Amino acid sequence: MAESDRKDVGAGRKVRLRVRRQDGAERVETKRWEEFEVPYLPQMNVISALMQIQKDPRTVDGKTVAPVVWECSCLEEVCGACTMVVNGKVRQACSALVDALAPKGETITLEPMSKFPLVRDLCVDRSRMFEDLKRVRAWIELDGTHELGAGPRESARAQEERYPLSRCMTCGCCLEACPQVNDSSSFVGAAAVNQVRLFNLHPSGAMNRVERLESVMGEGGVADCGKAQNCVEVCPKEIPLVDSISQVARDTTKHLLFGWLLK
Amino acid sequence: MASKTTVRSEGGKVRRVVVVGGGLAGLMTVIKLCEAKVPVDLLSLVPVKRSHSVCAQGGINASVNTKGEGDSPQVHLEETAYGGDFLANQPPVRGMAEAAPGIVNMLDRMGVPFNRTPEGLLDFRRFGGTLFHRTAFAGATTGQQLLYALDEQVRRFEVEDVVDDHGVSIPGEKMVRKFEMWDFLEPILDDSGVCVGAVAQDLKTMQIRPFLGDAVVLATGGPGLVFGRSTNSVICTGTAAIAAYKAGAVYANGEFIQVHPTAIPGADKLRLISESARGEGGRIWVPKDKADKRAANDIPERERDYFLERMYPGYGNLVPRDIASRALFKTCFHEGRGIFDEATGKNELAVYLDLTHKDEKFLRAKLAGILEIYEKFAGVDPYKHPMKVFPAVHYSMGGLWVDYEADARGSLKAGSPRNHATNLPGLYAVGEVDYQYHGANRLGANSLLSCIYGGLVTGPAVASYRQAMAKSAFDLPKSIFEKAEKRATDDYARILTQNTDAKAPENAYKLHEELAETMLRDCTIERDNKALDGVLAKIGELDLRVKSVRVTDTSQRVNQGAQFVRHLENMLVLARVIAQGARNRDESRGAHYKPDFPRRDDERFGRTTLAVHEQVGSVKFVRAFDYTCAGETVHVTDAIDTSLVTPRERKYEQAGAASAAATGKLGSEPESKSGATTEAR
Repeated sequence: MAESDRKDVGAGRKVRLRVRRQDGAERVETKRWEEFEVPYLPQMNVISALMQIQKDPRTVDGKTVAPVVWECSCLEEVCGACTMVVNGKVRQACSALVDALAPKGETITLEPMSKFPLVRDLCVDRSRMFEDLKRVRAWIELDGTHELGAGPRESARAQEERYPLSRCMTCGCCLEACPQVNDSSSFVGAAAVNQVRLFNLHPSGAMNRVERLESVMGEGGVADCGKAQNCVEVCPKEIPLVDSISQVARDTTKHLLFGWLLK
Repeated sequence: MASKTTVRSEGGKVRRVVVVGGGLAGLMTVIKLCEAKVPVDLLSLVPVKRSHSVCAQGGINASVNTKGEGDSPQVHLEETAYGGDFLANQPPVRGMAEAAPGIVNMLDRMGVPFNRTPEGLLDFRRFGGTLFHRTAFAGATTGQQLLYALDEQVRRFEVEDVVDDHGVSIPGEKMVRKFEMWDFLEPILDDSGVCVGAVAQDLKTMQIRPFLGDAVVLATGGPGLVFGRSTNSVICTGTAAIAAYKAGAVYANGEFIQVHPTAIPGADKLRLISESARGEGGRIWVPKDKADKRAANDIPERERDYFLERMYPGYGNLVPRDIASRALFKTCFHEGRGIFDEATGKNELAVYLDLTHKDEKFLRAKLAGILEIYEKFAGVDPYKHPMKVFPAVHYSMGGLWVDYEADARGSLKAGSPRNHATNLPGLYAVGEVDYQYHGANRLGANSLLSCIYGGLVTGPAVASYRQAMAKSAFDLPKSIFEKAEKRATDDYARILTQNTDAKAPENAYKLHEELAETMLRDCTIERDNKALDGVLAKIGELDLRVKSVRVTDTSQRVNQGAQFVRHLENMLVLARVIAQGARNRDESRGAHYKPDFPRRDDERFGRTTLAVHEQVGSVKFVRAFDYTCAGETVHVTDAIDTSLVTPRERKYEQAGAASAAATGKLGSEPESKSGATTEAR
């Protein structure tokens, strides 16, 4: 990589990507690394580098290949689609800026998340996260959309507690980083537990508090958390996930011990 | 009752409606359909929670008038019509303005974490084109919060059983079936031209199949990708609208493309910095001395040109977007007074958007979402340094033509099957993909409103349509659907196999770049007929070259390359509709501005542009057409219904001009401070 030292500034600068590829979950034999080099652009992020590959899909060895497949949509870190493992860290590719990752032209490594079924290349299937939202009943039981006047009053302080919890993009970072989420466990993970806290905080949501708590008791529930606290480290929206887990854990314990009394 | 509306067809299938698109408009439509007991198949390009609605930042308008300013739906109607330069039919706008307070209440009940006042009521802030505090907001990620709320309500229906006509649950059938990561290919029309379903493709397995639907609702968003980099998500190619247009749907006012004044320049996307930044007191400026090399914070107040406040004292930094964008463009491009960049020795195409005079705690409570985007992508702390911004393509006021039925008051008649109906019977359009509410320029924070209001109207409209339709899609012969499926399958095979042996095949992504460059340069803020002729010639050239595209991927799994070829072909068709519409309209109105024709010309152009597809390479414009809705023939012309707010010249120099007729006041403001520097709390 002797040349790479010259690649940091000016025209002709290149960006080098090392990408983990695989044609499909069942096609293990196609698992491989490929390297690409694309022209540098100002304020470039990993997504623009991948977009450059689409225009000329050739590896550094000059081999023409299919362009890399990945998921993306908003490109401003609010939709959660482009989550992948960049240089070993799970994050959104859109906010992964090339200048920060490879100031001296270092190779940037891209891999798909490992805790979800692979679809192709960097694209994985996160549908379990949406299924988990059903499990924890992450919604308000609305009577209907017809006019029923204003919602419950809420203090600014309460809004300030709920709003950050409500910014979860279902991106999957917290599951990817969690040691308890693995093939031999059914742990629901921080994202869904956080939704339990979010809806139980709302005055109307709290009317179904018990069902929500019970949905994360027992196998794969909140008690499976190993307190590694990786989730809060990797959450791109800085959601206080550890607080959410402890809160819900406390509430479930209370419910377990005294719930029959309060019913 | 008529057997066509039994829950199940004779063959045992549950009769459903197809909704395409899972943003605010689509989800709201789904909820209303489910409440009307109509089961739905919901198709979306991406998991619905990742739809482009998440990008909306600033808020949603509703004249709740909690600040004692005398705001009302009537003022909202007038300012929307005025802000749109009188191109919108006014009854739907009235319906929307009147429904807005109820919509915000509904969202509040759904649990949206709207910002609050000290009393615990909803807080409202200012937005462009008005002097009133009318915009409810959840931090600066309001679109995301509203989308999540509707997504949650739709998920409830995903676990709810379909119930048959005797009230018995049908095993395995849920009210909503979601098909995420599916691409809409074309509407399915029966022999009499009625829309009875859609063909779509699974973007994982690339399987193509028909979806039967007693009606199809397109809620597929805008076409920002036609301009390459914009504030839109990469999924916003307009492809579904164009597929409908190619099948015979009329496309209206395509030339009206909104350019938002404040976005962060970027290599892949121009990230929006919401108008709410100015609504909360942000100020736009450039140094008075164009050669000023000092850092922004070193330039004293008196040496700054707050040009929007100077040019438009009445509305200041909160003039409508078209006006602000033109002022920024003039300052940077024509006068060369953009921020001086010492590294290049040139004046950049950028101005300052300054919030540094505001308290950090206040900013964190109200604007953290956008300031965080700026910090992450521009690498500069916007709490301490003014942001650098420039205009970017943002929103399409134009879209699929849709009908409405007015009631005696001049509002929308609730439940009419004509509301949001396209001219293809059974095909509906709602959200940014329709053309209905914003005229020639959309006011900020009206888009979330129009999406949700549109959904509230479209659900009942489709439910009424089902009652009146001649035949259910589920009672039609299979052959109709097989034919449509085969056509789509053949077309996909063509994309995969064409030009495999060509010596110099084209690359779809490169052609897209060429299209975008031309559209962005010559078909946005300022339009010139000679340049537009050039754009049309370029589109013609690309129409030919796109035939030589060879796909870069022939895989049968997640083939994004083949999908993009299809979208590009459609983007070219749409680009022509936009450019030809702009070429024909020799006036200036809202977002459409021709320096050679600087005034609005109601006599010649006070009408809706109606485009009809002929073939690739040509657009036909019509003044009138007939279509059938629920058995009734409707005659449509391009005349605009301006019966509620009389058109007048649109000016923002003087405070109150936009609401003068409704408030009877001009020159007085609903608050004591000047419009530009509102101090909230």
